[in-house]
Amino acid sequence: MRLPRPEELISDVNLNKMPSRRWMDTLPVEFKPGFYCYGAKGKNLEYVGFPNARDFHVTDEDWKLPEDWKKIVIEGIKQRIERFRTFHVFMDICVRCGACADKCHFFIGTADPKNMPVLRAELLRSVYRKYFTSGGKIFGKNGGARELDLDILKELWYYFYQCTECRRCSLFCPYGIDTAEITIIGRELLNLLGLNTDWISGPVANCYRTGNHLGIEPHTMKSTLEFMCNDIEDITGIRIEPPINKKGAEILFVTPSGDLFADPGIYNCMGYMMLFHELGLDYTWSTFASEGGNFGFFTSLEMAKRLHSKIYEEAKRLKVKWILGGECGHMWRVWHQYHDTWYGPIDFLEEPVSPITGTKFEHAKSTKIVHISEFTADLIRHGVLKFDKRRNDNLIVTFHDSCNVSRGMGMFEEPRYIIRNVCNHFYDMPDETIREQTFCCGSGSGLNAGEIMEQRMRGGFPRANAVRYVHEKFGVNMLANICAIDRAALPPLMQYWVPAVRVSGVTELVANAMIMKGEKEREMNLRMEPLPGKEE
Amino acid sequence: MGIGLALISVLGLILFAYVGTAVIGLNALFAIVFPYAAFILFVIGFIYRVVKWGKSPVPYRIPTTAGQHYSSLWFKQNKIDNPSTGLGVVLRMFFEVFAFRSLFRNTKAELLQGRLYIGSSKWLWLGAIAFHYSFLVIFLRHMRFFTPETPWVISLIESFDSFLQVHILGSPLLYITNISILAALLYLLGRRIIDPKIKYISLPSDYFPLFLILGIITTGVLMRYFFKVDVTAIKELTLGLVYLKPVIPKEIGSLFYIHLFLVSILFAYFPFSKLMHMGGVFLSPTRNVANNNRMKRHVNPWEYPVKHRHYEEYEDEFREKMKKAGIPVEKE
Repeated sequence: MRLPRPEELISDVNLNKMPSRRWMDTLPVEFKPGFYCYGAKGKNLEYVGFPNARDFHVTDEDWKLPEDWKKIVIEGIKQRIERFRTFHVFMDICVRCGACADKCHFFIGTADPKNMPVLRAELLRSVYRKYFTSGGKIFGKNGGARELDLDILKELWYYFYQCTECRRCSLFCPYGIDTAEITIIGRELLNLLGLNTDWISGPVANCYRTGNHLGIEPHTMKSTLEFMCNDIEDITGIRIEPPINKKGAEILFVTPSGDLFADPGIYNCMGYMMLFHELGLDYTWSTFASEGGNFGFFTSLEMAKRLHSKIYEEAKRLKVKWILGGECGHMWRVWHQYHDTWYGPIDFLEEPVSPITGTKFEHAKSTKIVHISEFTADLIRHGVLKFDKRRNDNLIVTFHDSCNVSRGMGMFEEPRYIIRNVCNHFYDMPDETIREQTFCCGSGSGLNAGEIMEQRMRGGFPRANAVRYVHEKFGVNMLANICAIDRAALPPLMQYWVPAVRVSGVTELVANAMIMKGEKEREMNLRMEPLPGKEE
Repeated sequence: MGIGLALISVLGLILFAYVGTAVIGLNALFAIVFPYAAFILFVIGFIYRVVKWGKSPVPYRIPTTAGQHYSSLWFKQNKIDNPSTGLGVVLRMFFEVFAFRSLFRNTKAELLQGRLYIGSSKWLWLGAIAFHYSFLVIFLRHMRFFTPETPWVISLIESFDSFLQVHILGSPLLYITNISILAALLYLLGRRIIDPKIKYISLPSDYFPLFLILGIITTGVLMRYFFKVDVTAIKELTLGLVYLKPVIPKEIGSLFYIHLFLVSILFAYFPFSKLMHMGGVFLSPTRNVANNNRMKRHVNPWEYPVKHRHYEEYEDEFREKMKKAGIPVEKE
C-alpha cells in the first residue's frame, strides 16, 4: 500500500475537530488499511496453547468466536478487577479531565478521538460500568455504560492494537492512570478469544520454540555471530571467537534477537562482541536464551512469563554469576518491573560486580541483571576504555529515549554519558520530547508490522518532528537509541520524515570509537563505510 | 455529550427541594432525614469503595518513573519523581495530592503547517488547584456550624479568607474563596463546553457534579450576601444534627433547604461517582510504590507456576544441528 507524501500525511489532521456523532454512536469501527495488523494464524496460537486457535481475518464479518465469548470476556474482566489494583482503580477514578488527550503520539498523528488515552480506556471502561457498577447498570448509556456486543469487541481489538503501551499519558495523568496497563489487560481479554495479530503471535511461537522471536536456530545463531566476527576482523584486524553456551562463564549476555538480524542492529551486536573482547570478559551467549525482548508481553502477562523463564534456567544451567542485558526497551520494562516477581528469589546467582572495575551494582542485587549502558558507563568512568572520538566526527548525534526504559525504569543519564564520551557532537532534542516526556517511535508493543505503516508513520510523527528540529538546527544526522524495536522502526520513520538522519545503537558508537589492543589502523566504521578523514 | 441532561437533573433537584419545603412543607425530610441518610451513605460508601480497591492486590510493582533512577553509579537520582525509598514515595505522593504535580507537567500540542509544537499549559492545573483548595477552605469554614464554639483554627481560616476586607452592598465580608471557586468552576465547565476534545469525552456524570457544586455555591453565596438567612436558626439545626437531637427551627427559608439538599445529594452521590478519585489517588500503583525493583523483590500473592519450554526439550529438537555446528550439548 502506498503512503501519501509526508507533507500530505498529517496536513488534514486537526486536533480540535471532533466527529459530529458521539463516540458511542460511531460503530461499527471501520478497519482502514494501514491502521490494523493482520490477524493471527491458527498454527501460531495453537503452538503455545492460546485459546480459540484458528486463522482469523480482521475484515471478515465472522471472527469465529466461541459460543460463549461474551461470558468469557465479562468473567475475564471480573477476574482482572480482583487481581489488579491498577485495573480496578483505573476503571473507577478517571474524571475525564483530558490532560492525557494530546499526549498520545497516535492521537497527535491521526486526530482519531479514540486514540486519546482517555477514550481508549473508556472503550473498556464503558463495558466495565455496564456489568460491574450500579451507575452503569441503572443509567446505561447516560451513565457511560455499554452492553458488550460484537461491534464493541471489534472496536476494542482495533484500538488496543493501536496503542504502543508507551505510558506517556500516564506521566501526565493526575491519578497516574496507565493506559499501557489497560491495554495490556485489554489484550489479555482479547487473547482469551484468540484475537491476536500475526505480527505478535508469530514471534511468540518462534520464541517459545527456538528461544527468539526471529526463529533463529542454534547453528544459525552461531554462524550469524561468526559472520559478524568476519566483518569485525576486516575492520579491526582482530579475530573474535564468540563464546556460545559456555558453561562456567561469569556472565550470561542476553540481547534482543533483532540485533542478530538486520542493520543497524547487527552493528550494535558487533559492538557488544568487540567491547567484551577488548575487556577480556568471561561471558557467554546462549542459543536458547537468545531473546531479551518479549512479545509475550504484548499478549498476556502469563505468556510473557512463559517466554522469559528460559533466561534464568539458562543462567542456572550455564552456572553463570549474573546476567548482562543488551539494549532494548520493552525487554527492560519486563526485566526491571516483572522479573523478580515472576522468577525470584533469584538466589542461585550472585550479586553483580563488574569484573573489570570492581563496581558493585547494588541496585541490581536482587534480580542480578545489569543494563549494558550501566555497565559501559561505569567502564568509561573508570577510564578502562580508550577512545578515538574523531572516528565518530562525521556524526552529529541526538538520543531517543525509549519509552519503556524511560517511564518504566528511569535510565536517562547513562546513555547520554556514554555518547558524550565517544562522540564529539551531541545535541538533545527539545525537553518536551525526551527523557520522561519522550515520544514513542510509533511502533512499540508489537505494532512494527509492515501492514500498519500509515499508522506507524503518523504515530512516529511527534518523534520525527523533534528529530527534524535538531536536524535543521544542529545538522543532526544520527539518531542513537538503546532499543531493538527502535532500531527496526526508526529507520523507516526517518526515511519517511527526515531522510538525512540515520539510526544507531549506542554500543555501535562505542565500538566504533573504541581503540582496541592490537587493532590495525581503522579505515572503516562498523558499517564498512570510510571513517572521517579516510575517504578516498 | 449530556450537558443538558446533567443541567436538567440539577434543576430538577432544586425544584424538588423547593416544592418539598416551601409548598408541601416536608421540612423534617430535608432537614433531618436526607442529611443523615446522605452522611451515612457517604461514609459507608466511601469506606466500601476504598476497601474494595484495597482487596485487589498489587501484583506487580510498576511505577511510572518520571526522573533519573537510583543506581550504584554516580548519576544524580531524581528522588521525588523516581523514588527508590519509602520516604521518596511519601514525598512523591505528597506533591501529587497537595500540589497536583503530574497535572503541573501539563503541555499542549498544536499542529501548525505540518509541524508539531508543544508548549507548557498550566491552566488546567491552576483551575484544579483553585477549585480544590477553595472547596477545602469553604468546607472547613462550615465547621463553625457543627461546633458550639468556633475553633480558633476555623476563625483563622475565615479571617484569611476575608482578608481583603471588602463588603458588597453592605453585606458581610467577602470571602475570596467564593470568588475563586466560582471562577474555577466556570473554567472547568467552560473548557468542557469550548474545547472540542474535552467536550467529546465528557459524560453526563462529568457535568453533573459541576452543576451540582455550582448550585451549592450559588445558593450559599445568595444566602450570605444577598438574602441574609437566620444563621442562628441554621446553627440550631446543624448542632442538633451533630448531637443526634435534631430540631427543625422555624422559618429558615427554602434557599437554605435547597442548599442543604444539594449538599446531601453531593455526599450521597460521592461514593458512586468519579468523585472517588479523592480516595483513588492514594491507591494508584503507578505513583505510590518505589522504583527499587531490581533491589527488592515484590511478591505477587496470586502468582502461579506457568508451563514453559525447558532446555531439555529445546536440545532434543536441535541436538543434531547443535552438534554439527560445534555448540556444546548436555546429552551427546
